[in-house]
Parts: sequence; structure tokens; C-alpha cells
Amino acid sequence: MNLAGGPAFSETTVALATFLIFLVPLAAAGAALIHTGLSRSRSAAHTMLASLAIVAVAALVYGVCGFAWQGAVGVPGHTIVVAGKTWSWVGGERFFLRSLSSGSPTGIVACFGVFAAGLCALIPLGAGADRWRLGAALFSTVFLAGGIYPLFAHWTWGSGWLAALGGNYGLGRGYVDLAGAGAIHALGGMSALALCWTLGPRRSKYTSDGMPVALPGHNTVLVLAGCLLAWVGWLGLNGTGTLLFGGVSVNALALVGVNTTFAAAAAALTAAAVTRARFRRPDASLCANGWVGGLVASSGGCAFFNPFAAVFVGAVAGLLIPLSVEWLDIYLELDDPGGAISVYGVGGLWGVLATGMLADIPGSGDGQFLAQLIAVSTLLGFALPVFYAWHRLLNRLYPQRVSDQGERQGMDLHELGAGAYPEFVIHREDFSQR
Amino acid sequence: MKMAGFLMALAGWAIVLAAVVLLNSPASRGGFAAAGMAVQFLGLGLAARAHLGNRGGNT
Repeated sequence: MNLAGGPAFSETTVALATFLIFLVPLAAAGAALIHTGLSRSRSAAHTMLASLAIVAVAALVYGVCGFAWQGAVGVPGHTIVVAGKTWSWVGGERFFLRSLSSGSPTGIVACFGVFAAGLCALIPLGAGADRWRLGAALFSTVFLAGGIYPLFAHWTWGSGWLAALGGNYGLGRGYVDLAGAGAIHALGGMSALALCWTLGPRRSKYTSDGMPVALPGHNTVLVLAGCLLAWVGWLGLNGTGTLLFGGVSVNALALVGVNTTFAAAAAALTAAAVTRARFRRPDASLCANGWVGGLVASSGGCAFFNPFAAVFVGAVAGLLIPLSVEWLDIYLELDDPGGAISVYGVGGLWGVLATGMLADIPGSGDGQFLAQLIAVSTLLGFALPVFYAWHRLLNRLYPQRVSDQGERQGMDLHELGAGAYPEFVIHREDFSQR
Repeated sequence: MKMAGFLMALAGWAIVLAAVVLLNSPASRGGFAAAGMAVQFLGLGLAARAHLGNRGGNT
């Protein structure tokens, strides 16, 4: 079926992909619950509302201009010629989704993009919890969902220059990222890191000599329930990415489901073992971070790993993430309440590299790992500086951080005028300076 | 100093891209790409140190 240019999908593929896309909001719901549970009780309603508002803004902005810049395979984009090779750097679709008509095969890609942009834009909220103003989060979302995410999505899935590294320079099949380990998750993780550097830590997080103070999340049950929802959402995300961008048949979906689950399971169990070894007891929030990190890492090559490779990918993610959370917190003084930098940034980058090392990609050959490495380099060397510059600029125009008084009072009362738990208001630390 | 760190990260990315565009042999490409990544990590290390040096401020 190819009525108006763009990728050719069978009707079975479109039907299955549509069903799977409608599971993706569960990944966003899971992420929202995790962020909320890991924030403080006096910011719970604010974090949940911010999640909803971010997804809303991301969907609309992506519809206005994001998909136009993302484009799709088979739809001509804007190109430059570098040393005799054509590099497609931005898509050439029309704004306001005008090119979508009934039956257009690009419609399913745009539908996926609406949900994926929302998921990507939610990630920085975990890092900015308890101090990121709602308005600033929404301005930041406009830039992420309407600018940087579509660029990366084009480079990865829309015949962009990263995907064309194989054809242009003989680097395997070009950059392969089936369900957005780099294009969605690591990109969101880069934005989270830039945001943490811009906002600074919560006011009671570090003592004057730089020692971190534990500020545990207020509701572990929400966090763990979010993990279970995210699992279902990720099955949809990975399945959709496989069908739309993997060039494989629907028979691969069973393997995708198994690999996604194996990676998350191995990651959670490894995180439990690591935290038990370090703290004598498994840490629930770090196990949750490990679970989601395993899901994130599985996204890169979910249809191309064999199940044992998926277990290894998850286990490495489960090892890296708790150590990274601790390292960022203690040695780099990065206050990331939701662990977004580690879970999505570190987990996503590992997923991209693991795809180059462990995935059995049809049509790939020598140079596949280098193609994946170039994607990692692009995330660190292009996306991160651009996000930091944007956050700093935005901070000058519209301060991103709530005032000291607002932080002391809590984001719920300060920005929304009411708390999430009005019958249980006990905040001793509200009134004591650490 | 943080800006200098980010500029180094950007420069490292440029080295990685230049390696792919200008070189043909896999060994040279790999070597230059690794060098570019090393420059990026140095830049990010510089940015992280600048953040630590700014302890007590919000930015």
C-alpha cells in the first residue's frame, strides 16, 4: 500500500502497528507515575499535571511542525552534499500534517511520532522534579518535541544521514535504532542532563561541603506500578518500531516481546543484586530504575538480539544504572530525583552500542559498530550542547527554577494552590534549614 | 568553562564525522573516531568540573 509516496506497508502491518501504537501511552503513563513517586509528596500533583501538560504540548507541537521536519522514508527531504555524498538533514513533509490523507502510509509513522515525541519530552521531568516550573517545562517541550526530536527521528528513521551511513560510507546497514534507544530515550536523557546542569540541585540536597543528603521519593508503590505499566507500553513501542523501521515481518513480534521482557527482567534482577551487595538490601527505587533501564536498552535492537543477548543487554544496563545514579549524585553533584540521566541517558546510549555489538542485523557488515558509535557521538556532541544552550537561553528569558520560597512551600501549593494529599500534610523539613 | 567544555564536545563530534567522510580504511576511521570520542569526553569532563566549581549556585 503506497498511495501518496512514503514507505510501503502491508495492511496487516498497518493494522498491527496501529494496535501496538495505542499501547505506547502506557509507557508515558508509567514514566509519569515513576517521576511522581520519586518526587516529594509536596510536588506530587505538580509532577503529574506537568506530565499531562508535557504530553499535550508535545503532541500538538509535533503535529504542527515536528512531523514536517521528521518526514518518512520515501518522502524527499532537504539535503546537502558533503564530499560527493548526499546527506539528508531534515524532512520535507508539509506543516500541520497537511500531507496526511486517508490511506497515506506516512500516517502511521506520524501517529507513532505523536506518542514518541510525548514520551521523549517526559524524560527531563524526572530530572527537574521538585523545582522545575510548569511554564518552563512546557517551553522546553516545544523545543524538544518540535525541533530536536524530529531532527533525530529524521536522521534515524526518515532516510536521514545517520541511517544512510551504510549506503554512503559502507558502515553496515547505517545507524540502526528500531524503537528509539537513541532517538527517543538517550535524546531525552541528554535533555535531562542539560536541565540538571541548568537548574542546579534542590536546596536541601547538598550540604555546604558538597555531601549529598538522601531525599527519597515519597511513594514507592507508584514507582513500581509505573514499571508494570511501562512494560506494556514498551511492548507496544518496540513492536511498532520493529514493524515500521526494522524491515522485518510480523513474525518477529514474538521475539520482540520476549527480548523486551528478558532485558527488563535481567536489568531489574541485576540492579537488585548490585544494590543488595552495596547496601545489604535491594533498593526498590533503584530496582525500578534498573527495570526501566533494561526496557530502554532493549529498544535499540529488540528484533535483532537473540534472547540470551537480550538478557546480557539487560544485565549490563542493570549494572550500569545503579552505579551511574550513585556516581552522578555523589561525585558530579547532579541532583536527578527520577534518575532520568542514568535510566534514559546511560541506558539509551548502552542500547545503541549494544545493537552494534550484539545484534544480528540483516544486511549489516563491517562498520556497523562505527555507525552506532557515530550516533552516540552525535547525541553527546550535538544534542547535549544544543539542549544546554537552549535551557540557558530559556532560563534568561523565563527562569526555569522555582523561587526558594516556592521550593520550601512545595510545587503543589506554590504553583497549583493545592496539594496532592491535603489530609496528610506533614513536612517537618519545610520549616527547618538543613 | 562549561561553554568551553561543550565546544570541545562539539569539536569531538566534528572529528568523528570528518573521519568517516575523509578516510577510507576501517582502521583509520576507527582510530580517528576513537580520538574524536576522547575529545568529547574531555569536553564533558570539563563541563562537569565547571558545574562542581559552581557549587552553591543554581546554574
